[in-house]
Amino acid sequence: MTALAWLVPVALGLGALGLAAFMWCLRSGQYDDLEGAAWRALDDEVDAGPAPTRRNAKGG
Amino acid sequence: MGEAVALEGLGSRASPPVGGTVAPATRHMTTLVVENMHCGGCIRTVERTLGEQADVVGARANLSTRRVTVETVGPLASEEKLVAALAAKGFKATRLADERPADEEERQRDFLRRLGVAGFAAANIMLMSVAVWSGQAQDMPASMMSLFHWLSALVAIPAVAYAGQPFFGSARRALAAGRLNMDVPISLGVLLATGMSLWQTAAGHHHVYFDAAVTLLFFLLIGRALDSRMRAQAASAAQNLLGARATAATIIHPDGRAERIATRAIEPGMRVLVAAGERVPIDARVASGHGAIDESLITGETRPRMVAGGDQLYAGTINLSAPIEAVATSAEDATLLAEIGRLMSAAEQAKSRYVRLADRAAQIYAPAVHVLGLATFLGWIGLGHGWEPALTAAIAVLIITCPCALALAVPVTQVVASGRLFRRGIIVKAADGLERLASIDTVVLDKTGTLTRGEPRIVDGGRIDDATLALAASLAIGSRHPYARAVVVAARDRGLAVAPAAGVTEVGGAGLIAEMDGHEVRLGSGRHCGITDADANAATLWLRIAGRQPLALHFADELRPDAREVVAALKARGLAVEILSGDRADAVAEAAGDVGITEWRAAQRPDEKIARIEALAARGRKVLMVGDGLNDAPALAAGHASLSPSTAADISQTAADAVFQGEALAPIIETLAVARASERRSLENLAIAVGYNILFVPLAMTGRLTPLIAAIAMSASSIAVTANALRVHWAKGGRTS
Repeated sequence: MTALAWLVPVALGLGALGLAAFMWCLRSGQYDDLEGAAWRALDDEVDAGPAPTRRNAKGG
Repeated sequence: MGEAVALEGLGSRASPPVGGTVAPATRHMTTLVVENMHCGGCIRTVERTLGEQADVVGARANLSTRRVTVETVGPLASEEKLVAALAAKGFKATRLADERPADEEERQRDFLRRLGVAGFAAANIMLMSVAVWSGQAQDMPASMMSLFHWLSALVAIPAVAYAGQPFFGSARRALAAGRLNMDVPISLGVLLATGMSLWQTAAGHHHVYFDAAVTLLFFLLIGRALDSRMRAQAASAAQNLLGARATAATIIHPDGRAERIATRAIEPGMRVLVAAGERVPIDARVASGHGAIDESLITGETRPRMVAGGDQLYAGTINLSAPIEAVATSAEDATLLAEIGRLMSAAEQAKSRYVRLADRAAQIYAPAVHVLGLATFLGWIGLGHGWEPALTAAIAVLIITCPCALALAVPVTQVVASGRLFRRGIIVKAADGLERLASIDTVVLDKTGTLTRGEPRIVDGGRIDDATLALAASLAIGSRHPYARAVVVAARDRGLAVAPAAGVTEVGGAGLIAEMDGHEVRLGSGRHCGITDADANAATLWLRIAGRQPLALHFADELRPDAREVVAALKARGLAVEILSGDRADAVAEAAGDVGITEWRAAQRPDEKIARIEALAARGRKVLMVGDGLNDAPALAAGHASLSPSTAADISQTAADAVFQGEALAPIIETLAVARASERRSLENLAIAVGYNILFVPLAMTGRLTPLIAAIAMSASSIAVTANALRVHWAKGGRTS
């Protein structure tokens, strides 16, 4: 039963890590363009191309 | 944002020398709407094309919203260069009129954050609950169970406090206003479940419902987040459509200097220059120049009006031929737009009295549930059990009746329904629009631009040979007059190549002249072509080639391709159909006869249109108004529900519950079919929710409810209503046959 002493915090910690990752994605605008992201993954030249620049693509 | 904007992969091109000559603060964002951006290739082309422009440091396309954010060095004086560059690659771009991000987008992010927290809490608490449930079957020591309960409380209490905010806030506002909405029983259920669980945990008992409370919030937030996402999408699509319109005007200062300013900054007495093809920005009086004005959006009359010095121009009309200088007339005057705005807001107030289905259900449901809870408490006391078990049973009733399925039932159905319509180019804007659309029994149609295309076509093109038509089109292609455009369309429809003729001059308000192979060719009014006895009012253009007999081309505003079928289909569904038009009686009678509508009214002013709709409403009819013109806007607001094509005037699109895109009228049928399917599913969902209560409330009242049963019942009912709502997606659509 002593295993619980570290298993429970580990379980909660992993969950919290997932939550933090979700919050980070949300904040950095990764859910702003779900359609476009699917296409960009197929584009070989994105890294070489000049266009995509801003990390945070919220309209301003 | 606001501080230094992170730029990656900029390299050396197009950017100013690094080293601080241009501070990041001087970089500006402009948003363009690119309508025909559809795939990954489009994103790349658009971003690269814009990136190559001078002063542009970066461009980022968003495929979901069809928008591109362009970052420039210094404010962008004019978007014309960017638009032209995109046009050269085949993209149709316009500057977004209103760049403020919609409130709905921020709300959506907020819901997602709360959804994330609720999801995290629900998953972890469920983990511990499962341990407790299986521990009860075996022999988990009471101390271990208590530890798990305390851990659940540790996660649940902050999660409920944060994720439940939207519901608590809404419930508080409703109670403050003396009303009951669905969020009142939800908040009560969640708060009581959490409170009682905490007390039970402290006392070392087993009635711990943290899992039910948090799972409930999680499901409800999914519904709200979906709803908000759909609404944000509709809001941004509506904003994109409005963005296509001119919001700036050119004014001429007393010293002769021209300046482009925002339309709302125009003051009475300013001289305004309206270029050919531009919308008249404000009510004004013609000072110099003359030409043809397309007033179809205001009056429903398709034939352009000829104006000269001293004539009145109305905002929203289009100058077709030559540049006109006009003096803005006093804004305080009873301008047409102001009058229409006043009629519209009066009509909208009447509509705001509509109560949504979910709120109507809540008005019956909430009191019933609270009475049941009270009855349970009194019943247990009455049977002599003491207040503690009585209170536990009463709270159990409130937990199990917490209207999770009920609160999910309507929004999920509407989200699925609006999603389906959205993919077909129909944007549902009003939150309660679908519900109102489902209940209509009368359809009132505007004629010009709604039943018809709103643009003239050649009616007797068959007797003109290809060579002549191609010649006329090569002249006409340089003009914006609707008749000239119709000539070009007719030539293209026959598959003729239309190349602009050289040396075409446009005589404002009269026609076009060109030299071709040594012959003079004229296209325009009868007088322009030397025909003295021509009827100046007839919808006719003349083509005169030197040395040949002049040829008359006749035009008419054609019906939309499926107008007849749609009217027949509406009638087949038992709906009364009528026409309410601002156009002349003979034109309306002809269109009505062609589509098979017997009830029509012509030459209606905006207030007369409202009066007709109110007269129908007074007879208990639920009217769907379909219209596009400025003159339809008040009627759109007055109707029980309203639809407008995306070619409509801004104000009409704003007034309409839904906007449809494309040439066809079939979206009316599709919208009504989906609205009705969505209403049926909503009612079924309400029935499922009530049925599940009938099953479980007796358990709660008799004190047999356990945390395990509560958790299963909550999840099962939510999943059942969601699955039922998804059926709207496959419901039979709006075939006209």
